[in-house]
Amino acid sequence: MTKQGVVPDSFSQPFWDAANEERLVIQNCHACDRLQHPPAETCRDCGAGDSLEWKRVSGRGTIYNYGVVHDCPVRLLQQDQPFNLAVIMLDDDPGIQMFSHLPGVPVDDVPVGAAVEVIFEPTANGQLVPEWRVIAD
Amino acid sequence: MTTPTAPDAMYRNDEGLGIWEHRGKVAAVGVGHGPTSRRWDGRPETCVGAISIQALRKAIDDAGVAPEQIDGLVVVPVTTTGAFWEEGKPLPMDVIESFNQTDDPLDGVAKLSAEWLLANMPELTNVQFTMYGPGCMSNALNVTAQAIGDGRTHTCLVVKSWHNFEGRYYQSGANVEDTLPGTAAMTRLWGGPASYGTALQFAEYCRKYGKTHEMMAPFMENSRRNGLMFPEGYWAQHRPEELGREDYLAARWIAKPANLFDNDIPIMMSGAYLFSTAERAADMKQKPVYILNHASSNARPRSLTPTLDEVEAETARTARKIYEGAGITADDLSFENMYDGFSLFHQFHLEGLGYRGIGFGDALDFYQTDISIEGPNPVSPSGGNVGSGRSRVWMHTDCIQQLQGRAGPRQVTGVKPEVAVSGGPMPLGGNFTVWSASPD
Ligand SMILES: [Zn+2]
Repeated sequence: MTKQGVVPDSFSQPFWDAANEERLVIQNCHACDRLQHPPAETCRDCGAGDSLEWKRVSGRGTIYNYGVVHDCPVRLLQQDQPFNLAVIMLDDDPGIQMFSHLPGVPVDDVPVGAAVEVIFEPTANGQLVPEWRVIAD
Repeated sequence: MTTPTAPDAMYRNDEGLGIWEHRGKVAAVGVGHGPTSRRWDGRPETCVGAISIQALRKAIDDAGVAPEQIDGLVVVPVTTTGAFWEEGKPLPMDVIESFNQTDDPLDGVAKLSAEWLLANMPELTNVQFTMYGPGCMSNALNVTAQAIGDGRTHTCLVVKSWHNFEGRYYQSGANVEDTLPGTAAMTRLWGGPASYGTALQFAEYCRKYGKTHEMMAPFMENSRRNGLMFPEGYWAQHRPEELGREDYLAARWIAKPANLFDNDIPIMMSGAYLFSTAERAADMKQKPVYILNHASSNARPRSLTPTLDEVEAETARTARKIYEGAGITADDLSFENMYDGFSLFHQFHLEGLGYRGIGFGDALDFYQTDISIEGPNPVSPSGGNVGSGRSRVWMHTDCIQQLQGRAGPRQVTGVKPEVAVSGGPMPLGGNFTVWSASPD
């Protein structure tokens, strides 16, 4: 399924540039040694803005939870309904979540708890976006 | 007069604040509702401003108060969560010109300011205090109660209204664009509907505790039944249809495990109350319903969407705040009217409260017992948004009417209505009110 294109803004540019190089980066506060996603202008723990960096993470995670979207508000995705929409927890920090359509996983047949790895898929305007696929045993 | 937004300090957000300093000294007296409809039909007399005026006038009449005695007005200025006037769409000038206007031509049509209401309610000659409690009626109630307790107003109206336009909720703006800005894209590219987050929490709940979506059916049936006995509500006024188990379970999915009926139906509506000091309320037409406490929650999840652990920690914390400030325990609750839009999180609020002694994972089993208004354990006697449409108001109206003994066919009969709690919306963010038939 093809997601809406992405027009990086100055804040998000490093995340999207890394994605185009097939690297997953997550915002990290080096003062707290703590990842945060979604990213913000300041650390949600210590409040600092100058301690934030984009940190490369392993790209490994597990499927934490999922729902099946039958009535999507995003026009471009409506032709793909119903589709899986899962929450991935990163191995680097199992409090940090990312969304995934779980390409290749049958609808509503999602192996919760399974290990996944990041892949990169093109969106409508060619910008690559992190996605996740189940790691075969 | 420019109307300020209530400062954070007016909300009771923290644990350990002790008994609310104005416990039992503020009361709700009058209730008023405008007519509901599915969508606005474009006429001046049905716009959100017009139905708000109707609701406010009914609340004033209901309390038996002369309009010039009213010195305060608290308003929720936002009147939708997802129905917006399309950019570039011609303004409804015939409607706009039917009213005294403010700077924003869509005031009274797609939003509601205190200034617009005062300009169109000339009988309110003595309002000195105006304030916004943005969000839900729950916010505005807390602000009103605190303002009266603090002596900033003694007889205060509070109103929350909703507009709904043609077209589908949320299916406009960025959702119909071919691209998204990079920051928004990090969370929005995946296209989760509004109920997706709640569906996730419910899915995790079912996995953890071995429950199923089918177990929601008695709650849904009970809520619609109660809603059909709520003459102010949408389903009672327009679609007097029961919601049987089969109807509920056959409904199409929106974000499985949330189906169509788990998503409340957007409507036009307005609800208003007249609050006063306990002393003044004693001389008004209706029996005062005393506010024992108001409490707030504004937790945020660690990451994209709340986990069940985060939900349970926060609903428990909220309950401790609710009980602490009111000086009560769960045992004191005659009934509960916690929020239900989305239906799949009502059980989180219930379990956080420990209503009737239930703990985490117990609520869906509790739903299989007698939760009717006739029984000893009424659940959502208002019927909530499930029973009357999207408003986040019914729960409060019901608490007031039940404790006044005038909830009509909806009146609880299996318990004596003495103390109740209402509020929401979300398990990780909301505002809550404790109501009592007695000030003590
Ligand atoms: Zn930090």
